[in-house]
Amino acid sequence: MEQSVPVVELAGITKRFPGIVANDDISLDLRKGEIHALLGENGAGKSTLMSILFGLYQPDEGEIRVNGKAVKIDGAGKAIELGIGMVHQHFKLVQPFTVAENIVLGVEPVRGLSIHLKQANEKVRELSARYGLKVDPLVKVQDISVGMQQRVEILKTLYRGAEILIFDEPTAVLTVQEIQELMQILRQLAGEGKSIILITHKLKEIMEVSDRVTIIRRGKVVGTVRTAETSESQLAEMMVGRRVSFDVNKEKREPGPVVLEVENLTVAGGERGTHAVDGVSLRIREGEILGLAGVDGNGQHELVEALAGLRPAIGGRIALNGADVTRLPTKARIEAGLASIPEDRQKHGLVLDFTLSENMVLGSTERRRFFGGGFLKDKEIDAYAKKLVADFDVRSAGVHSRARSLSGGNQQKAIIARELERHPKLIVAVQPTRGLDIGAIEFVHERLLQARSEGKAILLISYELDELYKLSDRIQVISGGRIMGEVDPELGEDDDKIGLMMAGQASNDQGGGAA
Amino acid sequence: MSKWISSLNQPTALVPAVAILFGLVFGGIVMLLGGFDPIAAYAALVRKVFGSSYDIGETIRTITPILFTGLAVGFAFRAGVFNIGADGQYIIGMTAATFVGIKIHLPAFLHAPLAVLVGMICGGLWGALCGYLKAYRGVHEVISAIMLNWIALFLSNYLLMKFLVEEGQQKTPNIDETASVSIGWLSEAMGGARMDWGIWIGLISVALFYILLWRTKQGYDLRAVGHNPDAAQAAGINVKTTFMKTMMISGMFAGLGGVFSVLGVFHYQVASGASEGYGFDGIAVALLGGNHPVGILFGAILFGLLTYGSAGMNFDANVPTEIVRIVIGSIIFFVASHSIITKLLKPMLSRRSTNKRKGASADGNAG
Repeated sequence: MEQSVPVVELAGITKRFPGIVANDDISLDLRKGEIHALLGENGAGKSTLMSILFGLYQPDEGEIRVNGKAVKIDGAGKAIELGIGMVHQHFKLVQPFTVAENIVLGVEPVRGLSIHLKQANEKVRELSARYGLKVDPLVKVQDISVGMQQRVEILKTLYRGAEILIFDEPTAVLTVQEIQELMQILRQLAGEGKSIILITHKLKEIMEVSDRVTIIRRGKVVGTVRTAETSESQLAEMMVGRRVSFDVNKEKREPGPVVLEVENLTVAGGERGTHAVDGVSLRIREGEILGLAGVDGNGQHELVEALAGLRPAIGGRIALNGADVTRLPTKARIEAGLASIPEDRQKHGLVLDFTLSENMVLGSTERRRFFGGGFLKDKEIDAYAKKLVADFDVRSAGVHSRARSLSGGNQQKAIIARELERHPKLIVAVQPTRGLDIGAIEFVHERLLQARSEGKAILLISYELDELYKLSDRIQVISGGRIMGEVDPELGEDDDKIGLMMAGQASNDQGGGAA
Repeated sequence: MSKWISSLNQPTALVPAVAILFGLVFGGIVMLLGGFDPIAAYAALVRKVFGSSYDIGETIRTITPILFTGLAVGFAFRAGVFNIGADGQYIIGMTAATFVGIKIHLPAFLHAPLAVLVGMICGGLWGALCGYLKAYRGVHEVISAIMLNWIALFLSNYLLMKFLVEEGQQKTPNIDETASVSIGWLSEAMGGARMDWGIWIGLISVALFYILLWRTKQGYDLRAVGHNPDAAQAAGINVKTTFMKTMMISGMFAGLGGVFSVLGVFHYQVASGASEGYGFDGIAVALLGGNHPVGILFGAILFGLLTYGSAGMNFDANVPTEIVRIVIGSIIFFVASHSIITKLLKPMLSRRSTNKRKGASADGNAG
């Protein structure tokens, strides 16, 4: 790699927030045409650092140099002027506008008082051809896929003349194929001389695409390494600060009788009059983990809500332990042995303004134990909460501290503690490790496998294929509210097959698998 | 708006205290601009309230209905419901008590309790109606409650005129002596001020409010719904019935306010074209009291003092009573826009919170 002046240099950046040092003397340099990965756990300070580079925060100490010149970036406008563009994790697009309209938004070419749309479309076509970002400038954003929307975001930054592109967790919302395409795009952009900072916690992608990696932990740089000279396990160790085991011990186990039987379930709520869940049938046995793969927004939410009784089924049948629960309210289903680890733990899992104690008995079926005679039995509840906190290693300032004050990992541990301690028959876990750091992920995986050993049936919905491979006994793929097919994780990873099914290609579970 | 509501549920006494101070100062400035002497005016206010045992008694009488409607609004706020309909529930409770007091004849030990009970339940049902509309028909409680307030007013006027008020009159005859909840000996002791059981039941209600919300399973569910309806529902709590129950209980508090106004204070009811507005004072009191029963009690006391004392301000210092409404209004303004106050207090508070957060992050880092 050429050793010219770096395009961006961050020198000794320190940023303090009340009570915490988010960035502590961070230095980093980005070379021209380089893909530089920024790796760190949640809360390590990656986002703060990039917000400083993009002008959203001012550093307390340190200097930013662009092309060797010290600059003061006091807003996103200034950042764009300096050729810095950011592709946010959550897209900032106007849905009813066309692709071209979105790209030129704010810097539209004008003719008289109106937007010169023809010129805008032309420019977009030109850019998209040059960087291999296939988009149709004339379609509306609301009609294109998530991967396509991301390309629109990338084009937006390029249209504004970005030479330095920051990608914030860009693969979180993409399918397997879309991730492959994005990797291709990143390489092409770098080949065209753009310099890229890739914020991520996915080691696989870093290994695949980046030139160098800077690892930060608790606001400090742990080190910068050349990707070619490192390995996933070394990166993980640097990120976490200790050795990490990637393997889980999944004991062989013969599944028992059927716990959850879903037959031809149909749930309303799809776009344009379609069904969000369209005739889904599932069967999970005791001691079995069924993984459900799929891109976010393909009926997973509606399926889970229908299972929990939060959304009515308009057709089909749900049986729990042989009993039909299709029309029963949530409470009755919980009593029948349903536990859930929801995707959005702060919205559906916890009452953030309740204490840890209060949260531990949320939805509890042991009325007499905790709510004798309609009154709260504080001593009993606190003792129970203390036991759970100890058993599941929930770190907090005590059981009377508010759930809001806990870190994400500890909030998730609290939910898992509550749900597992209920001795359920069926656990519905949606993205149980979303946003957690490696230590917490290990913990969650261990507990789920332990629950499996104890004979619980588990429905695991995840957008991370690695997680599904690791934990599931069987993997089914959902797309457009239908089950597209099944994969046996024992037969090895088959991203292509799953990817095609996630993209809605007809199932081939009759045995035509390419692997 | 629900976020705003929950931000008002944070229990801190500092913000309302500063808001009251600001309100008084602001009112003083207005008086100065109007050419009045604020110090004399506030002194007259205090003299009026604490001038004699009669005045103290009458101040307590002024506090009572505001306390009930304040509890009503605060209780609903705790479940995330904005009960702007306390006014209507108050009227319905009052009217029901009037009917029982006049139309039914029973010995005192049965009559008065029955009138209180019926009034309370009718107020509760009126509130539950609003809760039903919210839970099962998707009508926002603010819209339905405002309409129900007017329906309550004119329905009760109609019922009074049709069944109780004699021709050529605007008010009903007095309720039976047996239905009265006035406390004669206390009135005598307080120089003839109208004293009744209302304030005592009000104080018991303050305790009940607390016990119900923080000591019972029902209150636990209700608070869960108030903080996070999604999580409550996912945990199997029936959010819809919780809304209805909440509005029922809230309406009962408001209804009691109306009940004691007729059974304890006036002993008759007037068919009037406008309500007394206690329901709306209740909103202000609930805000001021942070939706906490003790806070609401203090809020109601402050409102009672200002309202009753404003007469003295007018009389002694020649300041129009409307000035007191300005003071009250600005206090409410400062409480509702508490972020302004929090910002002003920040330099003072930041040291404390920084220390606290340091402790918390140290714990977090251990994880």
